[in-house]
Amino acid sequence: MRPGASRHGPVHVRAEVLATKALGAHRQLTLVAEGVGAGFRPGAFVALSVGEARLARRAYWIHRVRAVGGHAAALDLVVEPRGPGSRWLADLTPGARLDLTGPLGRPFSLPAQPVRCVLIGEGSSAAPLLALVERLRERGCGVHLVLTAADEARLMPVLEARRSVPTVSVLVGDTGSQLGKALDGADVVYAAGSTGLLAEVAAATAERGLWCQVALEQPLPCATGLCQGCPVPVHDDDGAAHLVRSCADGPVFRSDRVDWAALA
Amino acid sequence: MTTPTTDWPFENPVLVASGCGGTGRDLAAYGDLGTLGGFVTRSITLHARPGAPAPRIVETPSGVVNAIGLQNPGVEAFLADELPALTELGATVVVSLAGNSLGEYAELSRTLGRAPGVAALEVNLSAPDAPGSGLFDVREPFQAASVVAACRRDLPHGVALLAKVRSDVVRVVETSRAVADAGADAVVVGNALPASMPDGRPGGLSGPAIRPLALRCVTEVCREVPGLAVVAAGGIMDAGTAREYLAAGARAVQVGTALFRDPTAAFRIAEDLQGDR
Repeated sequence: MRPGASRHGPVHVRAEVLATKALGAHRQLTLVAEGVGAGFRPGAFVALSVGEARLARRAYWIHRVRAVGGHAAALDLVVEPRGPGSRWLADLTPGARLDLTGPLGRPFSLPAQPVRCVLIGEGSSAAPLLALVERLRERGCGVHLVLTAADEARLMPVLEARRSVPTVSVLVGDTGSQLGKALDGADVVYAAGSTGLLAEVAAATAERGLWCQVALEQPLPCATGLCQGCPVPVHDDDGAAHLVRSCADGPVFRSDRVDWAALA
Repeated sequence: MTTPTTDWPFENPVLVASGCGGTGRDLAAYGDLGTLGGFVTRSITLHARPGAPAPRIVETPSGVVNAIGLQNPGVEAFLADELPALTELGATVVVSLAGNSLGEYAELSRTLGRAPGVAALEVNLSAPDAPGSGLFDVREPFQAASVVAACRRDLPHGVALLAKVRSDVVRVVETSRAVADAGADAVVVGNALPASMPDGRPGGLSGPAIRPLALRCVTEVCREVPGLAVVAAGGIMDAGTAREYLAAGARAVQVGTALFRDPTAAFRIAEDLQGDR
């Protein structure tokens, strides 16, 4: 282990698909990946290889870590079939094997005080938020979860969400006008979704002076900090602008650090 | 042919290719950098370069096209932050460098060659997205040779000088001969090949898609310029493909794009090749 590395640094392993199931328009993959799930923190992700001839990785949030069969820490991922890589993943069947690297990225930071939190998740990007709900509730935080999607089929399962958090709101279609209302009463905001939604949340929270973290979703060609292919323009404490790597320096960022105009 | 002036600095034949191992710290999460022949840094320039806008890397069949734009923190910040971390991690450090003028190359070579822990310099004479980047033009072999001579002049004894040339089968032998005559201890054949991003910006194609082209170039340089040490790069994914280059006469190989797909690739290949020696 390298000096200073966390006890749960990333590993590169051959993962096996244990189970798959449909979640509306999405596919949930349950994977066993030795040494990846232990010490899981919400906002961490894994990188998957999709076939021999494709060299870029596909990054997915760890949705949940749970015991399945004899496996103490199986991973649930939520795949939305969009392009050739995600369709390849969505077509996998139990027993299939694939290369997986993880856990990767800087996860969400949790508040030290029991504050009121609003979590906003769009489509399958909401995957890391349910585990975050549990961690926040363990700390005595009030939690309001807002699930959004372009249509019903892309909404994360609401009933399942209601089992872990009593207050779940659902916004389908045009969310713009309703976002501000969702933030009422919040001390801290967490958001996961498209860059467009995150930029809206960042603007709305900045206006209200709220502390906000966003989970960026951008293509991560290597996902491990090696290729410099996922630049995110940020401001540091002095206001100086520079580029950091989404995979290694994020993908969770403080929303006021991201230069949203330059990112879009 | 000039006699190499420097001892061969690499204890085993597997190096990490420039720009493919992050700052080194990221790669060290997956293996001990000290078990590799060497770690080549991304190209370092005199002043910091912010690099290109996104998208910077796109996937193509059996390859990727990149347009990173030589993002790097500049030589001063490199010496302050990245180099000490690399040496602490046990890496045999090869610093890749690129300049806008012969004067910049000479200054970089002088500064980097005297920095503690630098085993070799690799002159980037084949940046695939060079057009519009402001880099000194090295398309002609005599231009490449002038860069190597500028770097050699003030380089301390004991620091090897590598010249990274393009896997262009028409020019590679002539260019390799010219840079060797100008004082390069070895040639690295070669870089990502000039290609286009989908939006038309210049980029570089790398990965198994270019392997047969690079293998042809390595084969010809080894045959036509006997006695010149050749480090081969181009689509090496495993020990088997590394052996193709070694059989063609290469003294070492660099693993690059494979690391994007599998960050353990270089460590695995180095281990697999152990048994060959």
